[in-house]
Amino acid sequence: MADAVKNVHVSDEIAIQIVAMNKWYGEFHVLRDINLTVYKGERIVICGPSGSGKSTLIRCINRLEEHQKGDILVDGIPLTNDLKKIDEVRREVGMVFQHFNLFPHLTVLENLTLAPIWVRKMPKRDAEELAMKYLTRVKIPEQAKKYPGQLSGGQQQRVAIARSLCMSPKIMLFDEPTSALDPEMIKEVLEVMVDLAQSGMTMLCVTHEMGFARQVANRVIFMDQGQIIEQNSPKEFFENPKSERTKLFLSQILH
Amino acid sequence: MSSAPKTSAYLRTEDAPLLPAPISMVGVQGWIIANLFPTIGNGIVSILAGAFLAWIGWGVLDWAIFSAVWSGENREVCAVEGAGACWPFVYTRFAQWIYGFYPIDQRWRVNICFLVGAAALIPMLMPSMPHKKWNALFLLIAYPLITLILLTGGHFTMSAAAFLNAFIILALAATFLPLVTFGIEEGIRANRIGFGLAGLGILVWLASFVIGSSIWHSALGSFAPSSIGAAFFIGAGGLLGIGQLRGAANSSAQASLRNWLIAAAVLFGLMLILKMDFGLEEVETSQWGGLLVTLVVAITGIVASLPLGILLALGRRSKMPIVKTFSVIFIEAWRGVPLITVLFMASVMLPLFLPEGVNFDKLMRALIGVALFSSAYMAEVVRGGLQAIPKGQYEAAQALGLSYWKVMSLIVLPQALKIVIPGIVNSFISLFKDTTLVSIVGLFDLLQIATTTSNDAKWASPQTGSTAYFSAALIFWIFCFSMSRYSIFIERRLNTGHKR
Repeated sequence: MADAVKNVHVSDEIAIQIVAMNKWYGEFHVLRDINLTVYKGERIVICGPSGSGKSTLIRCINRLEEHQKGDILVDGIPLTNDLKKIDEVRREVGMVFQHFNLFPHLTVLENLTLAPIWVRKMPKRDAEELAMKYLTRVKIPEQAKKYPGQLSGGQQQRVAIARSLCMSPKIMLFDEPTSALDPEMIKEVLEVMVDLAQSGMTMLCVTHEMGFARQVANRVIFMDQGQIIEQNSPKEFFENPKSERTKLFLSQILH
Repeated sequence: MSSAPKTSAYLRTEDAPLLPAPISMVGVQGWIIANLFPTIGNGIVSILAGAFLAWIGWGVLDWAIFSAVWSGENREVCAVEGAGACWPFVYTRFAQWIYGFYPIDQRWRVNICFLVGAAALIPMLMPSMPHKKWNALFLLIAYPLITLILLTGGHFTMSAAAFLNAFIILALAATFLPLVTFGIEEGIRANRIGFGLAGLGILVWLASFVIGSSIWHSALGSFAPSSIGAAFFIGAGGLLGIGQLRGAANSSAQASLRNWLIAAAVLFGLMLILKMDFGLEEVETSQWGGLLVTLVVAITGIVASLPLGILLALGRRSKMPIVKTFSVIFIEAWRGVPLITVLFMASVMLPLFLPEGVNFDKLMRALIGVALFSSAYMAEVVRGGLQAIPKGQYEAAQALGLSYWKVMSLIVLPQALKIVIPGIVNSFISLFKDTTLVSIVGLFDLLQIATTTSNDAKWASPQTGSTAYFSAALIFWIFCFSMSRYSIFIERRLNTGHKR
């Protein structure tokens, strides 16, 4: 299966371009001089110690966080204060959160159809059909009528992935999608993500699942103290890390 | 060393038997033992408390039923030694408690309002009934209009100046329409000239306050020349705004234009309906009273305070400094003064600030005062709910591309309001009881009428006053307790068993 993923075509077209981007929280400089170009079809895993700015970086891509300096272009759209542009970007970029963030007052099906109906103005029937298609893809169509609180963590995260997919995004962002899950549920979520990678989706994934990185990523980025320290192909990254900080980090998480 | 090593290995070969529950767990007897007499000390307290309750209960029952006077024509039957409640007094005066001084031959109008209201409200409150949307529209739009016309008699004087003012408001809205539709930057660019004209119009209108203006009397009615000037400029601004929208081909521009047209039609339609003569005799609000006034004040307050409170709560949490400051000032100002002060201000001070000739109805002023006052409280209740919603909910909704208002109305508010149902209903109940304060500005609400009628020489007896207060309290309690029970019912219903 790993090979199948590796062979997914990466195009020359640029999906995301980040140029000399900086971000501060008040006085604190969280992201320093970030330069990153993501091509369509790329699967990038971002790792690094906690507090290194990995989550902040991907949250800047759909403007959940604002950057103060530099440029971010998503699918050619520049991210500025222009609300219309922000909404345009958010329609094209799906996001999966560490704590799922499903809407607890809506059923699974309603969670999935909400955005297609209200943002894409899709008729309810079509939206439900689409939702069932993606629920089937994440292998839980039988849970459609339940409320999120009635599902296990792994099922909830799969619903969250399906919810993002219902907007037919061009890019998917994953913010530590498996860190809040029990070990036996991590596998079912990773399987869905591998399946997504095989379909050619552009993915940026903050995760500590190094197995997933080896199997799926075509590029691994290591961040520390708000900077990109090293990026390389997974094979090179794991077997032949260049910087001392990367070596230290890898020695701590891989035994 | 010689003994065999200890091991915790174990294997069950037979199922443990299923035993009946102990006596304290089952039946009435079990409940009594478990809850009232678990120990000797608790048993003594239970007996003492039971005796106390029985003593109080007997006192009330004796007064209200066994020793009560049930029939009679005047005070003599009640002014007897040892007599309990004076029910014939309540019976003969009950109509007045409900209608106040509403003309007797016109009381059918009040009855219709009560009946229609109940008929529309009951299916609204029952979750199983269909057509909630139409039901709500009827209750919120048609019903207030019907009540207003039925209770007052309709046939309002709508001067030409009033229509002119409505025109100015609509034109102002049209001027700002591009701003709302295209976003701030583009909107300002699109209708720059329109804004200039509207600003000029507002200046003309403000200038008339400084310079003082005379009134033109014409065949169409009386106008202040300044407002004609204002209407001219603002109207031009509005026309330009509409022109911009018509020029734009996108669907949101067409939608806002359509909404504006609907608003204009509704506004003028309302004015025409209110102006219409239905042949009903006019009943001034000073003749209203009793439960009618209590319900009018309470329901208006409840219906107005919830949406206003939600808007204020959202405003207070807004990132826009002006909106936020306004909301904070509004909420803190209203919360900082007692309702009595608000009512006094509304009935005594407000007329001093209004221009000559503008005269607000006294009940209307009290209504506005109560509604704004309670909306400030409601805002804080709702804000409590908004704060309980995790940040992740906003983020997930935003990440899906939902706009601010959709995030709020589809994701945040449904959850926030559900959390604060007890607080909201608490506010409603306290508002319902606070309506008794309108008596200090000379309105005769239920309590005031009960007090007044009990002082009537025809019925004056040692028990008349207490009977009046007891009955009024009972009526208030029925309304408040129903609200409380309904809120518990809705809470249970909305609790769909999700823990998170």
